[in-house]
Amino acid sequence: MAPIRLHLLAPVVLACLLALAGVARADYDYIDITNPFLRKIPMAVPVFKAVGGHLSERQAAGQAAEQLAGALEFTGYFKILDSGAFLVKPETMGIIAPNIKFQDWTAIGAELLVTGGLSLKDQYIEMELRLFDTFKSQLLIGKRYKGLVGDQRRIIHRFCGEVIFALTGNRGIFDSRIAFVSSGPGNKEIFTADFDGHNPQQVTHNKAITLSPDWSSDGKWMAYTSYRKGKPDLYIRNLAQRRGSLVDRPGLNATPAWAPDKFELAATLSFSGDPEIYLLTGAGKIIKRLTVSKGIDISPVWSPDGRKLAFVSNRSGTPQIHVQDLVSGREERLTFEGRYNTTPSWSPQGDRIAYSSAEDGGFNIYVIDLGTRKRLQLTRNTGNNESPSWSPDGSLVVFSSNREGPYRIYVMTGYGTDQRRLLALPGEQTNPKWSRRIVN
Amino acid sequence: MKRRMWLMVALLMLLPMALMMSACAKSGVTSATQADQAAQDAERARQEELARQRALEEERLQQEQLLSQQALDAERSRFMNENIYFEFDKSRLLPEAQEILRNKADWMRANPNVTAIIEGHTDERGTTEYNLALGERRAESAKSFLVDLGISPSRLTTISYGEERPIDPRSNEEAWAKNRRAQFVIE
Repeated sequence: MAPIRLHLLAPVVLACLLALAGVARADYDYIDITNPFLRKIPMAVPVFKAVGGHLSERQAAGQAAEQLAGALEFTGYFKILDSGAFLVKPETMGIIAPNIKFQDWTAIGAELLVTGGLSLKDQYIEMELRLFDTFKSQLLIGKRYKGLVGDQRRIIHRFCGEVIFALTGNRGIFDSRIAFVSSGPGNKEIFTADFDGHNPQQVTHNKAITLSPDWSSDGKWMAYTSYRKGKPDLYIRNLAQRRGSLVDRPGLNATPAWAPDKFELAATLSFSGDPEIYLLTGAGKIIKRLTVSKGIDISPVWSPDGRKLAFVSNRSGTPQIHVQDLVSGREERLTFEGRYNTTPSWSPQGDRIAYSSAEDGGFNIYVIDLGTRKRLQLTRNTGNNESPSWSPDGSLVVFSSNREGPYRIYVMTGYGTDQRRLLALPGEQTNPKWSRRIVN
Repeated sequence: MKRRMWLMVALLMLLPMALMMSACAKSGVTSATQADQAAQDAERARQEELARQRALEEERLQQEQLLSQQALDAERSRFMNENIYFEFDKSRLLPEAQEILRNKADWMRANPNVTAIIEGHTDERGTTEYNLALGERRAESAKSFLVDLGISPSRLTTISYGEERPIDPRSNEEAWAKNRRAQFVIE
């Protein structure tokens, strides 16, 4: 009996069904989690079938297949095979297991196959999508979705999330967004974009220097620093409801970092005469002071369990990454190599911290393992590479780089492979921050 | 007859006397007028001289005032335009910076109603967030020094711009040295 799963997506209604026999489970070892990018799994995504056959459907079918292939390729886990190598014409092939000759696909090296059927009816779109293991001749996932025509990309991303979940046990990045700073409007303002750089939107219109965006865990709030009132103040803003709070004490109110799953944030305030890190409520009231050291303490980031804080301090003489245990109060220096280490980002698995290190040729991004304390260099010989931020599943890192001249946002795997530019807007783009999955 | 003759003689004697008297009287008025005239001329001349002296004095005073106003403006200008500079990644005050700050303290003491903003800046190297803090430390460094010299802290506000507002947009040592600064703005 095939269980029917209903996926509710306001205002879209999605209905899914699992195909009959041969449903595989998620514990196949498709992706090696120790280094998932060492070997990319060859995958074929032939153009989807246009069920009704008319032109607009065929165009949408082609576009949807491209979107799906692009999204899965973005993860870095897969090598999407060129359709020129296909042995069958996608328009004539079957999309369900009984009608697929899997040896046509294993013959060209495809280990995974995604087929799709698409139909357009008035303002609705309906898609059925299936993931097959070609060597086992087995269906791994089968889903049917229905929604408004404008939901096509969201549906594709929903299915991609299912694919990644089935293969890694992780929900992936498809529901996440990236915030960043862009100087295009004439002064620095905050923008957001989809995980793959699509649909950039300007979030702040302060007409004054605006810096350091940070997402709350649920993606509903953003905190940032702006000189809108003539000095660096901290703005805490609910994105949808346009309400929020302001922290405008004398001096710096900067580098906000939302605590995991709490309506609290850490931030650097210098009203005492010295930049220190404080814990604030989501409404901007001080709960307590977290660092006590004369000198610079800035750029806090939380461990995923919320028990520790990594931050930049020059208490040892130069800017270095330090970690403070918020429960015991113990603080220790983390980085000892390099004369200038800043912009830390704690991986969602909790085991690594990415940061940027100043070297003679420019800034480079390193990842330090919190267990071994060994560091891995991710960028080299490419100008300045700064402000790394982990994807919510800990597989990718977004960062800013001036390797092409102006600063742009780039993305790479957590091992430094597949470095590519995410988007290019007028002006320069810096300080990216990757949100958690934003579930509506 | 004799009385009438005496009268006639008297009259005859008086007449010339009268004539003579009137003649005398006339010449007295003339000399008095001449003397008056001279006196008036002298007075007028003296007044003119006095006026000229006063005008010269006023002009001299105005010149003095102008010069001292220019000197005041120059000092005010110097307060606003003379920056202090820092070494890379440092917020400590070098001897030159301390000297400049001493002058600024003097000026603020002489102008007790003035309040000022101290802006802290960095060069573009390094990361935005750390540079915000470094700029703040630089501004605070300058403020502490002035407070130690007796300026009331309520007269000084600090604000950091980090690397966001360079004075020289180029990317070389010369530009970087100019950007690593604290700048004073009179409120």
